[in-house]
Amino acid sequence: MPNLRQKILVLYLADSALDSKVIAWTIYDGTGKENHTTGDSDTPPYATGMDALKAGWRVIQFPQLIPPYPGAEFSTSFNKHEFIFEQLEEAHG
Amino acid sequence: MVDKKYLLTSEQMASFAARGFLRFDSLIPDEVNERAMREIDAGVPAAAAGTPLSQCYAAPSTLGEILRSPEIEGIIYSLVGPDPLFDHQAVHVREPNEDSAQHMHGDSIIDLRMHFDIQLMYFPHDVPIEMGGTLLIPGSQYRRINEMDIARYQNIVGQISMVCKAGTILVLHHGIWHCGRQNKSDKRRYMFKVRLNPAVRQLRLWNTDDLDETVNKPTPIFSKETPKEGVQAILSKREPWFEEGAARLEIINRIKFWRFLTGDDNFDVHYWMTRLENMPENRVSSGFGFRAG
Repeated sequence: MPNLRQKILVLYLADSALDSKVIAWTIYDGTGKENHTTGDSDTPPYATGMDALKAGWRVIQFPQLIPPYPGAEFSTSFNKHEFIFEQLEEAHG
Repeated sequence: MVDKKYLLTSEQMASFAARGFLRFDSLIPDEVNERAMREIDAGVPAAAAGTPLSQCYAAPSTLGEILRSPEIEGIIYSLVGPDPLFDHQAVHVREPNEDSAQHMHGDSIIDLRMHFDIQLMYFPHDVPIEMGGTLLIPGSQYRRINEMDIARYQNIVGQISMVCKAGTILVLHHGIWHCGRQNKSDKRRYMFKVRLNPAVRQLRLWNTDDLDETVNKPTPIFSKETPKEGVQAILSKREPWFEEGAARLEIINRIKFWRFLTGDDNFDVHYWMTRLENMPENRVSSGFGFRAG
């Protein structure tokens, strides 16, 4: 069995299309090589979701399109277009 | 009574309505900052929640001296009015060489009021980039989230790190998303915060002498003639992290807030609300109906 570790990239996009621009991002690195935290960069790792795909990240979540709740059509809340990507990396040692 | 010259301008208030914060760099003199640091280190007694601010930080108190300075009184009056209520204070300390930052959050709990509290943050010493600084997300104040539910958001395009000189004051709308960034320096980082609640209706409390009543005059939209400056332009400028759809909803939020602040229920930006409020089915007909010949 391969000894794999998961790296997670969360990209928040400007709309529901994968090739729209990145407006926010989060990285969790299960290999332990990188340690990301709040406010550690002002530059997105990729310009769009498609750029992450081209760089070898596998999409594991497409955000659903959910109609606004009645009465809350004009409310804003969480970032809506949350795409989750992964890479698997062999752990050594 | 606060001297009018210390009150905020309409454009500053519009900026607060749009972005949820105002920043005043190096407002407090160094000599006062040094005394304030000593006071903070010694421990600052807090009043009970709900105490009128005028009864807090009795002299001799350097923090009281700062809060009672005409510049700070003018800012406070413009936003929350005369003698607001003390909610709570906090001395936020970030230890040297931290492993990580605080998670992104909104303070207190989800808060749907149009009335708003302010969080006045005072940076008593220089905050260089390696020290982190408070991180804030401009324009996040209207988002309906509850406290740490947004903790997974590590970075957002357009985020602002409070890298600043000693004596800087930051005033936040209570809904602003923020966190304490990682302190990578070998020195402790301090920030003193006090939350204030309004005790009056927050209606035209700032210096409205510059509030141009023609700001509501209809102008061409999606056009070169669309206003590029002034209140209209400030309230229509999107933050770089706004989603395409939500960006327009945020303008609706700002319009509602500006109507609340000014009492002008007809105020609009870019025709967004007027279009929604146009319900001709509710208008009385002139009586001349169309008749087929």
